[in-house]
Amino acid sequence: MRRRQFLQYATASGVTAMGLGWLGKQPVYSQSSSGRQPKLIVILLRGAVDGLNVVVPYREAGYYDARPTLAISKPGEGKGAALNLDGQFGLHPALADLMPLWQSKQLAFVQACGSPDPTRSHFDAQDYMELGTPGNKKQGDGWLNRVLAHLPAGRPTQALNLGNQTPLILSGSKSVANLAFGRQAIRPLPLDRPPIQSAFDRLYEGDTNLGRAYQEGLEAREILKAELNTEMMKASRGAPGPSSLKTNGRRIAQLLSGNAETQIAFVSLGGWDTHVNQGSTQGRLARLLKPLGQGLNQLKAELGNTFDDTTIVVMSEFGRTVAENGNGGTDHGHGNVLWVLGGQVQGGKVYGEWPGLAESQRYQGRDLAITTDFRAAIAPLLTKGMGIESKHLNQVFPGYSSQKALPLI
Amino acid sequence: MAKFSGKIFNVFLCLMLVFGIWMRSTTGEPVLAASVEADRVHVINRLSFGSSPGDLQHVQAVGIDDYIQEQLSPRRDSLELKQYPTLLLTPMQLERQYGFRRPGKGKPKLSSQERKQRRRRSRIPFREASEARLVRAISSPNQLEEVMVNFWFNHFNVSAKKGRTRLWVGVYEQEAIRPYVFGSFRDLLGATAQHPAMLFYLDNWQNTAPNSPGARGRFKGLNENYARELLELHTMGVKGGYSQTDVVSAAKVLTGWGLPRGRQRLHAKQAFVFDARRHDNSRKTFLGQPIQGQGIAEGEALLDILATHPATAQHISYKLAQYFVADTPPPALVDRLAQRFLATDGNIRSVLETLFESEEFNDPQYYGQKFKTPYEYLIAMARATGRPTVKPRLVAGALRQFSMPLYECQTPNGYANTESAWLNPDTTIRRISLATAFARGYGRQKTPVQLDPLEQTLGNRFSAQTQSVIDGSPRNLRAALMLGSPEMMYR
Repeated sequence: MRRRQFLQYATASGVTAMGLGWLGKQPVYSQSSSGRQPKLIVILLRGAVDGLNVVVPYREAGYYDARPTLAISKPGEGKGAALNLDGQFGLHPALADLMPLWQSKQLAFVQACGSPDPTRSHFDAQDYMELGTPGNKKQGDGWLNRVLAHLPAGRPTQALNLGNQTPLILSGSKSVANLAFGRQAIRPLPLDRPPIQSAFDRLYEGDTNLGRAYQEGLEAREILKAELNTEMMKASRGAPGPSSLKTNGRRIAQLLSGNAETQIAFVSLGGWDTHVNQGSTQGRLARLLKPLGQGLNQLKAELGNTFDDTTIVVMSEFGRTVAENGNGGTDHGHGNVLWVLGGQVQGGKVYGEWPGLAESQRYQGRDLAITTDFRAAIAPLLTKGMGIESKHLNQVFPGYSSQKALPLI
Repeated sequence: MAKFSGKIFNVFLCLMLVFGIWMRSTTGEPVLAASVEADRVHVINRLSFGSSPGDLQHVQAVGIDDYIQEQLSPRRDSLELKQYPTLLLTPMQLERQYGFRRPGKGKPKLSSQERKQRRRRSRIPFREASEARLVRAISSPNQLEEVMVNFWFNHFNVSAKKGRTRLWVGVYEQEAIRPYVFGSFRDLLGATAQHPAMLFYLDNWQNTAPNSPGARGRFKGLNENYARELLELHTMGVKGGYSQTDVVSAAKVLTGWGLPRGRQRLHAKQAFVFDARRHDNSRKTFLGQPIQGQGIAEGEALLDILATHPATAQHISYKLAQYFVADTPPPALVDRLAQRFLATDGNIRSVLETLFESEEFNDPQYYGQKFKTPYEYLIAMARATGRPTVKPRLVAGALRQFSMPLYECQTPNGYANTESAWLNPDTTIRRISLATAFARGYGRQKTPVQLDPLEQTLGNRFSAQTQSVIDGSPRNLRAALMLGSPEMMYR
């Protein structure tokens, strides 16, 4: 709470000083003149996606030894082989839709990346990744909400969550708009009816904390309704799971590029906990990856020019075991691959030091080791991408002292 | 004042009398003596989850002091526990009868039908626990007891999101929280420390002395999780003056405090097991005091030290004052409560008595200043309308939507009760929409909330502005405006 008050105080009193610093140092965007606004979309794959089958280390004999039925074959070796990325790694063939982005160098991966905390509990690992403080649950707010505190104040739709409930990563003192999935997106509320609204308007016209919250909440709702009205006419189908990115991609794109001026969006997609029958080029994981690849590709298309100012991160709480288990699946592991897409991204490259998969090279003898803290991958997206000053990084990620930043942007 | 004509002045005076509290809290200076009704609304707001039909009249009849005494000495549990049979089972019975486990190696695999059935069955204890909690919160006459159950559950939080804890949240509340909410803090601390829900949730069941005879598999090393939260959250508080070394000592003291394992799980009656073979019997130092190696007794000694430590008294008093008085509680009050805590060996009822008698609790500047959590708001609305038909499942669903799912706070510090944690634009719009829907009635028979009884139940709590908006609105909107008013968002 004290920290929060400090931040509020800092933003209220230090606007000019901080603003000047910003104008001087900001690499890509100046807050005032260009009219361009940096955007960040974070996609969390809840349940731990099997990163070793997303970005396949096909030069590793250990990979094929450990996964007799799940491994993806080397590029060029028949139908359903991995798609060559850089001569060392290959992409799961279900993600073929992303290859154009790779070739235009707008897609990068960070392999062997993740949260340093050893937990293998989904619940703990997701919390840590959302709080941005591995090993410590005391942090009262999520790191994306803390990012907001360092952006110039915007409209009430500046930060958007796709879903009903504000997730941990976005919870905190800054306000966040929630947009429900599918056809519920703008479900009519009693408050939409003019006589009801005008009565409550009078009830909440005061300049109190509550009055301001009411006015802002209503404003956010109006913006979302106006922006999505045309799209709603086309009656979307609400599909859960990763294909919801396809369904909702257009909405997100519209809010990012339109009057809602959304700068931060968060989506979580479930279903990645493939303990059983994970499949290889076909099967469960492939069926999840396919719509995700298509959805990302479509999101890029819908964003149009706004994609130039957008960075998209895809991450997951931890990776899965190197070896497949007795049920044709993989169990909870450690290191994973983190995906970065965007107009400013220095893509076409797999980042991160590769630790190898020999048993002695693995984490606790079983999992892909972590050589890049996920915060080291996100830090440059915040500084260079979003224009946050490096010295404020320790407020977004308290207690973290940056490793050398990856030149992702 | 002289320029007011007599008549206008009288009207003005009446308004001041009725709404004096609200004028005071906005201008910050006393206007007139607090109205008696405001005192009653205040005490009901804080000792209960909001007034239900007849409450104001009851407090008027018996007086505020007797009402407080009544609430501090609850009558017998009014809930028909027979309707929730899983609340009467022990943790081990719950695990054996409702736990979802895959058959062991060599056993035949379950068909998908059987799996589905087992999974469905495994959800029963959680559902019954949630329903029982909400029914009690909405309709128990022992409201302060329900307030304190919620308070202490949050203080000693466990989350149904973590594995087996889901089966046990109800029995945890029933066995380790409810019996002690007005009792001795040491008893409450001890009951939570040995409850399987806590042992599992904060991992102490795995806490093992490295290289001890019983150390193997995942029971190989020290696990500090519970020991740390025990000091930081449950007793001394983060600034309580202990060091990392003390955390490690406490963890060593608590090695071997665990759960039945392996075959034991099929037969054990008691869910708490002390495994001497995994215990660290070395001599430890905790807060500068030596603790001799003596098995399970060390843990009890540790809890004794913690339960009566001045830092604990201060920490608990702060939290109570924050819940009952203000987000930033007056330090003098906190000190007085802490003294009472120490003088009575942590008698919770005595500390609460001191609190309710205090000048600070009764100071009108704090009336109506605590922002309700979603839980408090929803329960208050259900109570205000006196609807026996409010379905717990609807409330539970709404709580989820408001990001406060019952029994599912994932972090060990529980849900906060401060305005900064819960007031935001999204939630405000949702609350108002819900209030409007609620006032109109829902379900198959849409019977709108009756206006006159609602007015009587809520009493004179509205500011002049709110009252004039309500009075100036069509009659069919007034109940919605009352339930969705700023005054209903605060207690």
